[in-house]
Amino acid sequence: MVHRKFFLASGAAAAAALATRTGTLAGTATVDLPFENGTRRLAAYPQKRPLIVLTSRPVQLETPFSVFDDGPYTPADAFFVRWHLADVPTTVDPSAFRVAVRGLVDTPLSLSLDDIRRLPPVQIAAVCECSGNSRGFVTPRVPGGQWANGAMGNALWKGARLRDVLAKAGVKAGAVAVRFNGAETPVLAQTPDFVKALDIDHALHEDTIVAYEMNGDPLPVLNGFPLRLVVPGWFATYWVKMLTDIEVIDHVDDGYWMKTAYRIPATPTGGVAPGSTGFATVPINKLTIRSFITNLSDGRRVAAAKPTPVRGIAFDSGNGIRSVEFSTDGGASWRPAGLGADLGKYGFRQWSASFTPVAGTSYQLSCRATSNAGETQSQTAVWNPGGYLRNVPEIVTVTA
Amino acid sequence: MRRAFAAVVATLALAGAWTVARAAGNVVVITLPAQNAAFKPGPNVALARENCLECHSSDYVYMQPPLTRAQWTTEVTKMVKAYGAPVPDGDVAPLVDYLLSQNGKPSPP
Repeated sequence: MVHRKFFLASGAAAAAALATRTGTLAGTATVDLPFENGTRRLAAYPQKRPLIVLTSRPVQLETPFSVFDDGPYTPADAFFVRWHLADVPTTVDPSAFRVAVRGLVDTPLSLSLDDIRRLPPVQIAAVCECSGNSRGFVTPRVPGGQWANGAMGNALWKGARLRDVLAKAGVKAGAVAVRFNGAETPVLAQTPDFVKALDIDHALHEDTIVAYEMNGDPLPVLNGFPLRLVVPGWFATYWVKMLTDIEVIDHVDDGYWMKTAYRIPATPTGGVAPGSTGFATVPINKLTIRSFITNLSDGRRVAAAKPTPVRGIAFDSGNGIRSVEFSTDGGASWRPAGLGADLGKYGFRQWSASFTPVAGTSYQLSCRATSNAGETQSQTAVWNPGGYLRNVPEIVTVTA
Repeated sequence: MRRAFAAVVATLALAGAWTVARAAGNVVVITLPAQNAAFKPGPNVALARENCLECHSSDYVYMQPPLTRAQWTTEVTKMVKAYGAPVPDGDVAPLVDYLLSQNGKPSPP
């Protein structure tokens, strides 16, 4: 019962277990995320342990950061939740479930879960990270979902390759993109339905799958049971949940959620000067390379004069992690960290280091990952109006 | 998929906080807590209750960083233009007044 600590541990133990302070508000367990208006309730939603409630309808739940110290895979009951539209099905009959494959295909199909399961199964470890992860830390602040760093998770996804699904229907010549819709629907008819698209080459990539399991079990309803798109290396906005419709189209999708929402500046870093307007944009796409310390939280006291273990996670968009460096002086100097097992190029890579604090001294701990492609984290935080792409090395201050 | 299913044969209740029912044929039924609909008193609070809660909970307002009048106006305009919220033109400014009273900050000089 790992999750009991979030509710039942008292005082100092609870503060240590969470990356943030805990407290109560009118009898409800709360956490204070470290930015203005960051007080959140903790609540257990269906098939979930107590998570940080960002919003209640449509429901958005954040993973308490200490969970990422428990292992390289994020348990499904701790995995973050983000829906866009208020009408999310709460009754799901997997035997009645169908996903349509239509549009520019030879044979339109309506596939059952058994049809999907009969295709060759593949398993892939991949990080699912919300485009808005860490938005609460963006300076100057921007409107949007005010997540700390817990709108991400790494799972072992099992499913069928999308290319095998599309091959059953037969993609016709002239296909440009594939559009995906799930079972969530808007309250108002005039609200754009949540539909996302991938270029045809990306849809046919061997790592793009339709998943019916995460970490060996069916997905929780709030994570898209019974089937969701998994797009390793790309932000979670493309990982359409409760996938019901796959449409091959002969043009670039111009729906609201591709053409207007989830856009980043078309600059090399994806950043612009705060307050900029009128710049060209592109749809958000690949994950930025990031790393985190998971076993120490900001403000912690550490024991002086003996080695203090420091560990964490790193990930990128799928080149895989080549190295992680560790700093005790806020990034002024770096030393190599040790890497844990390679569980897949799209997943979390654990790392570890150690330092020996001097009594009465504060340390700005930090970490920085480099990918097998040589890409590393940005030296300074990028800014854009959507609050996307943060990947500056994070700092955790501890005192001996 | 949206039909109601009868014959719930087993109910799992964990921690007393949520339930998942599994019916014949492995139908999964979850029950979500009610949305947070609390808008605190303020000028024109009725406009927030009437115009916002149909599509989203009030925490969408309170979780934001404090926003300026121009930023709240942009947000309300987005709700109307992009998401189709049926807010009459004349109600936009009074609704922004309310949002500013709840989670606002002064406009830059």
